[in-house]
Amino acid sequence: MYVLIVGAGKVGWNLARELVEKENEVTVIESNRRRYEVVEEELEHSIHYGDGTELWVLERAGIGRADLVVAVTGDDEDNILICQMAQEKYSIERVIARCNNPRNLQHFELLGIKPAVSATDLILRLIEHEVPKYGLVHLLDLKEERLEIIEIEVPEGCPAAGSTVKDLGLPDGALVISILRDRGGFVPVGDSVITAGDEVLLVLDIGLEEIVTERFACP
Amino acid sequence: MFVLIVGSGRVGSAVAKSMLSDGHEVSVLDENPEAIALLNRGQDESWEDLGGSFTVGTALEIDALLEAGIDRADAFLASTDGDNTNIVIAQIAKKRFEVELVVVRVLDPGRAKWYAEQGLQTVCPTQTAIELLEAAVRGHKSSRGGAG
Repeated sequence: MYVLIVGAGKVGWNLARELVEKENEVTVIESNRRRYEVVEEELEHSIHYGDGTELWVLERAGIGRADLVVAVTGDDEDNILICQMAQEKYSIERVIARCNNPRNLQHFELLGIKPAVSATDLILRLIEHEVPKYGLVHLLDLKEERLEIIEIEVPEGCPAAGSTVKDLGLPDGALVISILRDRGGFVPVGDSVITAGDEVLLVLDIGLEEIVTERFACP
Repeated sequence: MFVLIVGSGRVGSAVAKSMLSDGHEVSVLDENPEAIALLNRGQDESWEDLGGSFTVGTALEIDALLEAGIDRADAFLASTDGDNTNIVIAQIAKKRFEVELVVVRVLDPGRAKWYAEQGLQTVCPTQTAIELLEAAVRGHKSSRGGAG
């Protein structure tokens, strides 16, 4: 596989190193001269010096034959532009963009750049997962498939506490996929009883979150 | 007409001032609070006393764009010093806020040409300079007796 990486920061450099080791052909583009010289000592001819948002620089690096373009500069506008041109000008089917500021994820989405990966956003989700004051955690959003997987706590006194899975009153399109209890977890059946203190994983159609969380809210 | 200009450098501030004196409502957004100095310069009254508005914020911040009035803008001009920033915010203005007229300044002729083909109204000062310089040189009649 031929992978073109724009940005030789920590992410880009390490990515290149791993991909080369897995016997992929890799070219990295870096616009900072000093950074380029440092990385060039290791990557040698696999790194090009230049502004990876300029068409001729991308073309010199062989974007036309790339199987995958990865934009991991520290600048979200640049990453959007690189992926947009890769997809629309050079017909590259697979792109991956780094989103530095998670508030910019909406712009990547608006302009059809996916997947956009935000380390900050991923860490934020892990924090939400660890800190129990958040009752509901999004574990996975499958935007294409219009599905999401959420984890929700069962507080004392909510409609779900003490109910069996089948009597939970969930709408169509929502399914309990596991119950986490006492450091373990299991896949429930219809007669499994949900108890206060459990954490429940559900898969849902997008849009059902509000109705589902009502079942786990204290009156 | 309500005009929103993002990027108050030499170009943005000059366009802002002439639009305001033409009687349009003009709002300017710039990440640098000092950028208002260019809007005030050479005027008898301050930019805000003349009726212009100025918002501090970065161009990709939706809150800043809203504060600057993007949701009611008739015209949007992207004139920050970054080509890529301009191209991205112009697309946001068009696709998300459905601003009728969106004009983008792009210094790199390559990107300007390609995005123009994709439907963005781009203005490329570099390309304009190239054409004017070429025309000036071509138009010169040599008096030194050289060929052509």
